[in-house]
Amino acid sequence: MKLSREEVLHIARLARLGLTDAEIDRLREQLSDILENFEVLQQVDTTNVPPTTQSIPLQNVTRGDEVADSLPQSQVLANAPRKDGEYFRVRAVLE
Amino acid sequence: MITHQLTIREAHRLLKAKQLSSVELTKACLERIQKVEPKVHALVTVTDELALSQAEKADQLIAQGDVHPLTGIPVVIKDNMCTKGVRTTCSSKMLENFVPPYDATVVEKLNNCGAVIIGKSNMDEFAMGSSTEHSAFFTTQNPWDLSRVPGGSSGGSAVAVAADEAIHALGSDTGGSIRQPAGFCSVTGLKPTYGRVSRYGLVAFASSLDQIGPLTKDVTDCAIVLNAIAGYDNKDSTSVPYPVPDYTQCLTTDLSGLTIGVPKEYFVEGMQAEVEKALRAAINKLKQLGAGVEWEVSLPHTRYALAAYYIIAPSEASANLARYDGVKYGFSYQDVDSMWEAMEKTRQFGFGDEVKRRIMLGTYALSAGYYDAYYLKAQKVRTLIRREFDQAFEKYDALVTPTSPTVPFKIGEKMDDPLQMYLSDVCTLPINIAGLPAISIPAGFGDGLPIGMQLIGKPFAEETILKIAYAYEQATEWHKRRPEI
Repeated sequence: MKLSREEVLHIARLARLGLTDAEIDRLREQLSDILENFEVLQQVDTTNVPPTTQSIPLQNVTRGDEVADSLPQSQVLANAPRKDGEYFRVRAVLE
Repeated sequence: MITHQLTIREAHRLLKAKQLSSVELTKACLERIQKVEPKVHALVTVTDELALSQAEKADQLIAQGDVHPLTGIPVVIKDNMCTKGVRTTCSSKMLENFVPPYDATVVEKLNNCGAVIIGKSNMDEFAMGSSTEHSAFFTTQNPWDLSRVPGGSSGGSAVAVAADEAIHALGSDTGGSIRQPAGFCSVTGLKPTYGRVSRYGLVAFASSLDQIGPLTKDVTDCAIVLNAIAGYDNKDSTSVPYPVPDYTQCLTTDLSGLTIGVPKEYFVEGMQAEVEKALRAAINKLKQLGAGVEWEVSLPHTRYALAAYYIIAPSEASANLARYDGVKYGFSYQDVDSMWEAMEKTRQFGFGDEVKRRIMLGTYALSAGYYDAYYLKAQKVRTLIRREFDQAFEKYDALVTPTSPTVPFKIGEKMDDPLQMYLSDVCTLPINIAGLPAISIPAGFGDGLPIGMQLIGKPFAEETILKIAYAYEQATEWHKRRPEI
């Protein structure tokens, strides 16, 4: 089953990803193909199988709450596309 | 002696004996880069000034008698590892001008050894791809046949080593991105156990799968580099606090007492005859070296690994890449007023096709209504795949498979068919799903094109696969062949 244009646009919006019409058409085809291929997973019996999120036996890794140096503000801001003094400059969130 | 062709071990011996200086070695590599780079396009940035100043410092260290095996040795770093003051692009327009304010832990560790960073290597954008064709800048060519891909995503690192532009390189591996290009370029590439090497400063793709590792000219060099980069790092909470052995100590040539399994699911469908032939010969060689070989091992869930991987990796990627919003760093679309529009346009023009495809795929798999059927299901299948490996490792010390089902394919051949491209990783990605260590070493040629053998080990048993790889390498000549370019 091919994804609809609306479905592709819905996913793109969730991902905050702008797409051209040509990209939307191409993604409808390609994502549908790929997802169809993934149907193979439904053949696997996973009753009572817990999910694995990562492969190592570590849990709740914590560290001491110790003060340490962080990067100087000038370096943190050095790559900012828009800045204003000591701030990142962003567009209005509330319109 | 051709200086740029030296291995780490050979160069170290000459540096220590003062028969060669690091500046001479570095200049030899820089000259080699000038000569072959127009043909192979392996490097996004050549850091010649940095390299020469590091080489001078290394020569001072050597003069003082302070010599680590990597002191003064030129290395190429995949362009997804942060290098302080040197732009780190991930071969993406999104990070084309990004200059990190800090070093990745692996880079810091190499620098502490007195290493010489000679360049940053080309890759598939954000490490998503199997051919390096998904670089936003240019395609890297395979030095064995310039019309073919070098593999990916660490294609630039593999080519830099295969074409002798550097003595060794670092790559990263999420589903085969070190091993598959190592196989395609006839070099040695190791993906360590998940948690063995710190990921701090590695630009995140799929955080539960990513791992950094060496690409080298032989197995000894691989062990030397792993010694330098392995170990716990308090900046990476997934790095594991196990002691780091001296990996060069396990390199012996007698394999008696070891049992190696051959999982039959890795020898099916779409595999090229010459790859299968080379692998069977290589496995017989392991037997001659004293290893017990069991040919009929079965890992039936292998056939589900590709689907599980291409749900899990894009899902994690879609979350990780949410950070590219055009506000903090990276490309930023300016010509609109609305915050949302600016973000959407930034991501539209900053990301390439494959990255967009994976963000879409991952977002879909994580979205309401599909999470259980895709993401959760894939995570459960992940459990079964890992269990199957654990069971196999109760009987076998290591598993052996081809690194990839084919020899390097033609540039452009798979660019219009993402699924065919994904299949190129079918032998390597199950290992990331299970978090295991695996190494690819040269195991022959088919029509002059490289074929790799993959050895898979138990968690944190890098020593076992290095030992088997070393024994095979010492008994064969494949790793000594060089491409004519």
